[in-house]
Amino acid sequence: MLRQLQARFGGPLAMAILGLLGIWLILLVTLPQLQMIDYSFRPNLLPDQRGGPEDGWTLGNYATLLNNEIHRVIFFKTLWSSVLVTLLTLAVSYPLAWYLAKVATPRQAALCILLLIIPFWINEILRTYAWFIILAFRGPLNEVLMMLGLIERPIRFLSGDAGVMVGMVYAYILFMVFPVYNAIESLDDNQVRAARDLGAGTIRTHRRIVIPHAKPGIATGCIMTFMLAAGSYAVPALLGSPGSRWFTQIIYNWFFEGGNWNQGAAYAFLLLVLCIGFMSLVMRFFKVGLGDIAK
Amino acid sequence: MSSQRLMALGLRFYVVVFFAYLFLPLLVMAAATFNDSRFPTVTPWDGTTLKWFGELAADGGMWQALGNSAIVAVGVLCLAVPIGIATALFLNTVSGRAKPFIYALILSPLLTPGVIIGISTLIFWRQLGVGGGIFLTVLGQSTFIAAYVMLMVTARLQRFDRTMERAALDLGASQWQMFRRILLPYLKPAIYSAAVIAFLQSFENYNTSLFVVGYDTTLTVYIASKVRTGLTPAVNALGLILILVTVVLAVAYEVKRRRETARSVKGV
Repeated sequence: MLRQLQARFGGPLAMAILGLLGIWLILLVTLPQLQMIDYSFRPNLLPDQRGGPEDGWTLGNYATLLNNEIHRVIFFKTLWSSVLVTLLTLAVSYPLAWYLAKVATPRQAALCILLLIIPFWINEILRTYAWFIILAFRGPLNEVLMMLGLIERPIRFLSGDAGVMVGMVYAYILFMVFPVYNAIESLDDNQVRAARDLGAGTIRTHRRIVIPHAKPGIATGCIMTFMLAAGSYAVPALLGSPGSRWFTQIIYNWFFEGGNWNQGAAYAFLLLVLCIGFMSLVMRFFKVGLGDIAK
Repeated sequence: MSSQRLMALGLRFYVVVFFAYLFLPLLVMAAATFNDSRFPTVTPWDGTTLKWFGELAADGGMWQALGNSAIVAVGVLCLAVPIGIATALFLNTVSGRAKPFIYALILSPLLTPGVIIGISTLIFWRQLGVGGGIFLTVLGQSTFIAAYVMLMVTARLQRFDRTMERAALDLGASQWQMFRRILLPYLKPAIYSAAVIAFLQSFENYNTSLFVVGYDTTLTVYIASKVRTGLTPAVNALGLILILVTVVLAVAYEVKRRRETARSVKGV
């Protein structure tokens, strides 16, 4: 590989390219991850105990999750809720992506995309904070519902998982819309027309023509949304209550309140394994490779 | 009315509802800035005021956090943009059996939750005696922002006509001159776009920063801590200003990008 770089760019430039790539992949990507994994298999010791007889590899930090029922419940809740957030987000995004790619005129589509980009660039914290105001006990949503006579007294939206999930769908929706839109856009219009001419209805056209074509985009959107939801700290911290904690909050507490970094590293690694597991499942289910995702 | 037309009408209605859903929360937040109420809300409306902007301006912690965010963003630009360019050149040049593996490694930060990037950075550098702060925040954020830069530079590099490169070399240019005078100017638009994106990504980052900032609180970390403790509509005033800045940047960026696409289609 060095030879190929040298042939194109000459010695010094080739070295600079490899050097920068090496700093990134070794010092920023690989070593920290390996160190975190190593950390997760070691007991939490005082500085003077390090290197002593107790300093060795152990599964103790992972056993904590099995033995602590509260943490276990939160772990699986985070998993299921993230799957649910992903499916909800897909359901909400798909019609819009279809509209943008195939129904809207080019001018309409361009305007819509600009409108989509704006909230996309607004901070996750601020987008979540906006829902904090809306869902508040004496906030506008409760006021409107009471004015319409739909409820008699305000609902505590901010004390359960529902508020967290609403906030997540809102915060991550554009990570779904854009990949699905890009995938549908590359579909040849003639295929849709042919399906219609041959008598396929709307649902059948989508099920047999559009969705199979959009698979890589759907897979990318699902992987990104799941990863963001499972790894979210801001949304549950702002919209949740102590009763609806997320797994990331447990991890955070191990680091900054419990002071047990080894334990925190083990939980962080489990979260990473969860995301990798979900990703491989989706990639197998949709039969797409890593190359399709990066498009 | 045929079912096809009904579907089309339904879809249009859906799109309108979708955009309302996208923008109403932001409008509510913006409106709450001007409510003369101790707590950020729009119901009830206690009178219109601008006092929360004054309160915000007097908040020393906010200015400190803003400064930290700016330093971090500049640091990320200096680190992630060169790495991203180098990686794009690397992927565009080499082939071989190890390439798929290296490619997977390059993409991995994009598919890793931000909190885990923050945690691994924190643990790794503590071993070397470096604690949380601006330096670690720059490293942690650059870990994944470099991958975004790589994707954007690669997209342009793939359309590069390599006969230009050969022509320059045949006409006696050194490889360095070819890089400096042909390749780099060609990549310039993509590099500028990538720099804008990298800056915004850094400025807005929360998940990674949360673990590595130490006492050098950045603006997003500051906002989040304000929401949980000591919440007043001054947070909305800050949010409104940030939204306005973002909107201006996003529109400017988009207009510029479209103009470039139009130009490149014409073949200029």
